[in-house]
Amino acid sequence: MSDFLKGSLSSSTSPADMAVKKEQIMNSVRQEIALINAQELMNKSTDRCFSKCVTKPGSSLSNSEQTCIGNCMDRYFEAFNIVSRTYTSRARTARLEAQ
Amino acid sequence: MEKFDEATQKELATFLEREQAQAKAHSTIHTLTTMCWDKCITGTPSTRFARGEESCLANCVERFLDTSLFMVKRIEQQREQAAFSGVGA
Repeated sequence: MSDFLKGSLSSSTSPADMAVKKEQIMNSVRQEIALINAQELMNKSTDRCFSKCVTKPGSSLSNSEQTCIGNCMDRYFEAFNIVSRTYTSRARTARLEAQ
Repeated sequence: MEKFDEATQKELATFLEREQAQAKAHSTIHTLTTMCWDKCITGTPSTRFARGEESCLANCVERFLDTSLFMVKRIEQQREQAAFSGVGA
């Protein structure tokens, strides 16, 4: 995953190459963080929605279970956004007050 | 092997610091989401939140942060009192 750690700059690196290399590092860090974030969201919502919607596991997922899981995922993402918004605005207020 | 120039190194260090702080905030938001979900979403999920669930989620975050601040303040007070009565340092 961390290709940029292996790659070293050759002695003939021009400033332009260096800028490209820098951008590559930044992008792979951003991508990796976004991936971890998405995985975390998937794991947590699967966990919560499974326990909410599949109370008595049968031989397959029933239609009502599937509907419940779909709704549950949508609500979980929405909940994440509400929490994120509330937390961020509170953090911002605290930072402004600290200044 | 050539390294990044000093300015670029500095820029990358700042960038990583910021990304790290953001990742930490994200991890807190994930924890808060599950905690508040368990507290606030009691019924079967439908196409929209039930009455009060949305405000419960927002309140949950605010009160958690209040709780955290409250506890820090309380510990500080107890330490001050202990120092005042000469029991502890």
